[in-house]
Amino acid sequence: MTRGEIKDVILEIIADIDEDADMDGLNPDEPLRDQLDLDSMDFLDIVMELRKRYKLQIPEADYPELATLTSCINYLEPKLKAL
Amino acid sequence: MVYQSIEKAKNSYDVIVVGSGLGGLTVSNRLARAGHQVLLLEHHHRLGGLATWFKRKNHTFDVSLHGFPYGMVKTCRKYWNEAIKNSIVQLKNIVFDNPQFSLTTTFDRQDFTRILQEKFSISGSVIDDFFVTVRKMNFYDDLAMSTRELFEEFFPGRSDVHRLLMEPITYANGSTLDDPAITYGIVFSNFMDKGVFTFQGGTDHLIGMMSDELEANGVTICTKSKVERIVVEKGRVKGVMVDGRVISAPCVISNSGITNTVDELTGRDAFPDDFLADFDKVKINNSSCQVYMGIKPGESFPDVGDLLFTSTAPSFDSLEMRDMKTKSRTFSIYYPQTRPANPDYTVVASMNGNYDDWADLTDEEYKAAKQEMIERSLVDLERYIPDIRSKIDWLEAATPKTFSRYTLHTKGTSFGTKFPGLDISRKIFKVVPGLFHVGSVGIIMSGWLGAINYGVIVANDADAFLRS
Ligand SMILES: Cc1cc2nc3c(=O)[nH]c(=O)nc-3n(C[C@H](O)[C@H](O)[C@H](O)COP(=O)(O)OP(=O)(O)OC[C@H]3O[C@@H](n4cnc5c(N)ncnc54)[C@H](O)[C@@H]3O)c2cc1C
Repeated sequence: MTRGEIKDVILEIIADIDEDADMDGLNPDEPLRDQLDLDSMDFLDIVMELRKRYKLQIPEADYPELATLTSCINYLEPKLKAL
Repeated sequence: MVYQSIEKAKNSYDVIVVGSGLGGLTVSNRLARAGHQVLLLEHHHRLGGLATWFKRKNHTFDVSLHGFPYGMVKTCRKYWNEAIKNSIVQLKNIVFDNPQFSLTTTFDRQDFTRILQEKFSISGSVIDDFFVTVRKMNFYDDLAMSTRELFEEFFPGRSDVHRLLMEPITYANGSTLDDPAITYGIVFSNFMDKGVFTFQGGTDHLIGMMSDELEANGVTICTKSKVERIVVEKGRVKGVMVDGRVISAPCVISNSGITNTVDELTGRDAFPDDFLADFDKVKINNSSCQVYMGIKPGESFPDVGDLLFTSTAPSFDSLEMRDMKTKSRTFSIYYPQTRPANPDYTVVASMNGNYDDWADLTDEEYKAAKQEMIERSLVDLERYIPDIRSKIDWLEAATPKTFSRYTLHTKGTSFGTKFPGLDISRKIFKVVPGLFHVGSVGIIMSGWLGAINYGVIVANDADAFLRS
C-alpha cells in the first residue's frame, strides 16, 4: 500500500467510528484526539479494525504511534508495504 | 427471542462466553461481528445479569436502571446499534435531601458549579480547579491519593460538600472515601459531562434489543446453562464443562465475578503463585438491598423527582450506608413515560448492604428483617409522597442473598471489586493463555457504561489472541 492509500484507509475507519468527524480541516501533524474528539476507546476500535482487515497486530506499547495522521502512516507503511 | 437449548450446542466454538451481564453480552457481540463463532452461556433463564427486571401483577420492576452517564450514547451507537442509542433519555430532576442540605439538580458540571457557589459559598476558581483536576485523572495515574484527601485538598473541613460529591458515587459503585481518588475522578467526571440518563422502554426493552442484535450477528445463546468448570489443560484453555459435557474452545471469556472465575470455575491450580498472591489481596465491593413498590392501576402521584438521594443520617458515612438499618436510601421513581407502551408507576428504594449481615439470619429473622426494611423505606418515602401507602398494591424486598442467588457473585457483590481487581482481570490471559475475564472490576469498570466499555476492551484482547 502507498502512503496515500494508507491515509485513505485510516480516514475511512475513523469515519466509521465517528460519523460526525470533520476530516476536511485535519492537520496531519496534530494529535487526532484533539482535533476529532477521539477517546481511548476510539483508538481501540482503530486497532481492532486494522487487525480484522490486514491481520495486523499492534501491541499496546505501540498505541502512541497512532497519535497523529502522519505518525499513523509512518508506523503502518512498512507493515502494509506488501499489501 | 427463543434461546437454544444446551443439548443442541455444537461441540466446539472459537469463543465461549460464560455469563450474559452487560460485559458478557458486549464481548459476545464484538467478537461475533469480528467474524468469530461465539457461544454465550447464561445460568439464569434470561440475559442481562444485574441489568435485569421482573414482573409482578401488571408491574415491571427494573433492578439496576437508576441512571448512567451520557457516555452510554456513544458507546451504544458504536458497539450496539442506533435503535438502542436512540432509547437513551435524560433524567432531569435529581434530588438530594438530608440534614445538611436539600436541593434539586440536573447533576452536571454547570449546575453543580452554580450550586456549589450559591448554596455552599465555594469560590468559582476552586470549583473550576476541582473539575479540571478530576477530569484529567487516568487509570494509570498515581494511586496514592485517596478520595478523602482529594476532597480535603479542595474543600477542607466541608463535610456537606463532601457528601454532595460522594453520596451518589457510593450508591453507584460502592466506593468510599478510602478508595483511590482516580476511581472517584473518572466516574464522577463521566456523570458531570451532561447529567444522568436512563433507558426509555426499560431494561426488558434494552436486553430484548441486544439479544436481537446478537442473534443477527450469529451468536449462539443458551440460557439456563450454568458452566460448572472452565477446562484448562497443560496451562491452556480447552473449553468449558456444562450440562455434563465438555464444549471446546481455544478461548473462554468469563463474565462470572473475578473471584468465582479464579477460585471456583478455573480452580487455583491453574494459576502461578505470584498471580495468586496478588489475587488474594483483591477485595470485593459491597452488595445491595432494594424495596420494590408497585402503584395500583389508575392511581398516580405528582412529579417528586426522578432520583432522590435521601438520608436522615447526620453526615456522609459509607459504613452507615451499608448498615442493615441504614437511614440512607435512593428512591428511583418510574413514571408512566418509562414504558410508554405499558404505562405504570413504580418506585424502587436502593440501599447498599453487607452480605454477612443477612447471610446468617434464621428464616424467621430474615423475613422479619426484610419486613422492617420495607417499613423504613415506606416511612421515608412518605416524606415525599404522603399518601403512598394507600396507593401501593405490591411490596417486595431484595437483599444481598437475592443478588448472590441470581448472579452467583461472591457475597452478592453488586459492583465487582476494588481497584486492584482490574489488574488481575487484565492479566489473567497472560498466565493462562485463552482465559479472559470481563465484568465489573476495579470500580471504574463497573456500572452499565463501565461494563459495556470493558467488554469492548476485552474483545480486543481476545480478538488479538484468536488471530495470533
Ligand atoms: C441494585 C443495583 C443497582 C445498580 N444500579 C446501577 C445504575 O443505576 N447504573 C449503572 O450504571 N449501574 C448500576 N448497577 C451496576 C451494574 O448493574 C453492573 O455494574 C453491571 O450490570 C454488571 O455487568 P457485568 O458484566 O459485570 O455482569 P453481571 O451483571 O454481574 O452478570 C454476570 C452474569 O454471569 C452469570 N454467571 C455467573 N456465573 C456463571 C456460570 N458459572 N455459568 C453461567 N453464567 C454465569 C450470571 O448469572 C450473570 O448473568 C447496579 C447494580 C445493582 C446490584
